[in-house]
Amino acid sequence: MRSSTFVLICTAIAAAVFALARWYGNEYAFFAGYVVLQFIVLATAWNILGGYTGYVNFGSAAFFAVGAYTSIFFHKFYPLPIPVLIVLGGVLSGLIGLGMGYLTLRLRGAFFAIGTLALAVVLQTLVTNWTYVGGARGAYVLRPNEMEFIGPYIQYLFLLMLALTVFALSVARGIERSQLGYGFATIRDDELAAEASGVPTLRLKLIATTISGGLMGMAGAPFPYYLGYVQPSSAFGLEYAVNAIAMPMIGGTTSWVGPLIGAILLATIQQWATVTISSELGVLIVGVLLVGFVVLAPKGIVGLVGGWRRGRSG
Amino acid sequence: MALLEVSGLGKRFGGFVALDGIDFAVAAGERVGLIGPNGSGKSTLVNCICGTLANDSGTVHFDGAPIGGFKAHQRTRLGLARSFQLPRPFMSLTVAGNLRVPMVYTVNARGGRHLSAADIDARCAELLQLVGLAPKADRFPRDLTQVEMRKLELARAMAAEPKLLIADEAMAGLSQAEVSEIVALLIDLNKRGITIILIEHIMRAVMSFSERLVVLVSGKKIADGRPDVVIQDPEVERAYLGQ
Repeated sequence: MRSSTFVLICTAIAAAVFALARWYGNEYAFFAGYVVLQFIVLATAWNILGGYTGYVNFGSAAFFAVGAYTSIFFHKFYPLPIPVLIVLGGVLSGLIGLGMGYLTLRLRGAFFAIGTLALAVVLQTLVTNWTYVGGARGAYVLRPNEMEFIGPYIQYLFLLMLALTVFALSVARGIERSQLGYGFATIRDDELAAEASGVPTLRLKLIATTISGGLMGMAGAPFPYYLGYVQPSSAFGLEYAVNAIAMPMIGGTTSWVGPLIGAILLATIQQWATVTISSELGVLIVGVLLVGFVVLAPKGIVGLVGGWRRGRSG
Repeated sequence: MALLEVSGLGKRFGGFVALDGIDFAVAAGERVGLIGPNGSGKSTLVNCICGTLANDSGTVHFDGAPIGGFKAHQRTRLGLARSFQLPRPFMSLTVAGNLRVPMVYTVNARGGRHLSAADIDARCAELLQLVGLAPKADRFPRDLTQVEMRKLELARAMAAEPKLLIADEAMAGLSQAEVSEIVALLIDLNKRGITIILIEHIMRAVMSFSERLVVLVSGKKIADGRPDVVIQDPEVERAYLGQ
């Protein structure tokens, strides 16, 4: 399938989802759906670095928060429409991704992961001590109740996140099928051999950290408008870092489908658990599922299905 | 003029001197054997020539130009390819996919001639035929035997269309028949115009392959010349057999 066809199909599905949600008419569906979509974008973004090149990023929450705090900053400094903020948040977190790449990409495995964790702590400390964006007390964002042409504001946010999801999935699939994705796979498999085959590994890794960081920031940019209030501990929350890793791992990391499936599955379960049992249960469920999949099905759901299909045909 | 010229090359790891002022040159079209006991610095020398390691002193010239500051992938693009001592295939790509990587990232990155998707498929098939892996084109490296893995390693180095190929112990652990097979393959490649440096412990292979022999001992070059002469050298005998 050509990329343009893929984008068209995704857009059609997204439009159908939006129409269905409006027909269902329950405002809560938009609130819950927004979170699920946000995690699809985060998981897809994480997978571009973590799945395609094999560099595990523990600092996803930091990129997400950079997007969120970009919005807070401009909300106070010079209010802009959210689509513009999404682009700005993406650019800024993309640049931070590039910087992080320069500093940490000479490290491998656990050392790289620890480096990304350290970056998250440093950024959180900075934001906590920056009073202009609310410091440790947090910041309020007053959002309008209605959006012209669309109706309730949450529907507008949902629609934006839907568009972002289509964008993120198209980017991921595009990379996967391009020369770039081919190069990423060689880095994941064996960096020395990749260099010896002419792959400029450092440059490709920097491209991966930039795109991955940028998409995470884009996912975070509408966040203050969604909640109305942001504090460092919520924007830098553990659940973002954990989910961004767990969702692709459970879905499968080698293709764009994996993070999509993993995010829909996990985020839906968490939303359901939050409503019916307790919000604390969500993280526990993710933890148990992650351990289970890492031990029993390291290639995730996509790997399981692929193996089952091969088994039937062969 | 020499295709590869190494002069005064030195490399230390902490207090250990791995290479100590190595000088040697390889002319275009030559078949050179590089031998030496374990730990004599052969692989370190290859790593310094190919840019996997940075040398501490000395210079490397390739095709008349100094390549000191070049990264490994840039050297590959200049025409300097290597195979690894232990095969390092891309495990998530098929056998044909492994060969495609250097074509896309080296041959097409050189500028000038651009291989189309069809050209690449044809080249893959041709190379796999040459090394006898054609029936396994769509298999994954985990399905290959040791000897097939080594052939894949050589084929991938070949796919970069190098001027100079450095084969680092391509035959360790193989049977006599398999060794002869790979030696024949390398000689065939050389006849097609590729300069080859062979690093090897198996003397039968080195002697039948090399036009010239270079001997490293403890990071120093102790002999360089015609194989039958070098092998008689008392110093070489001492290094290999002890006194």
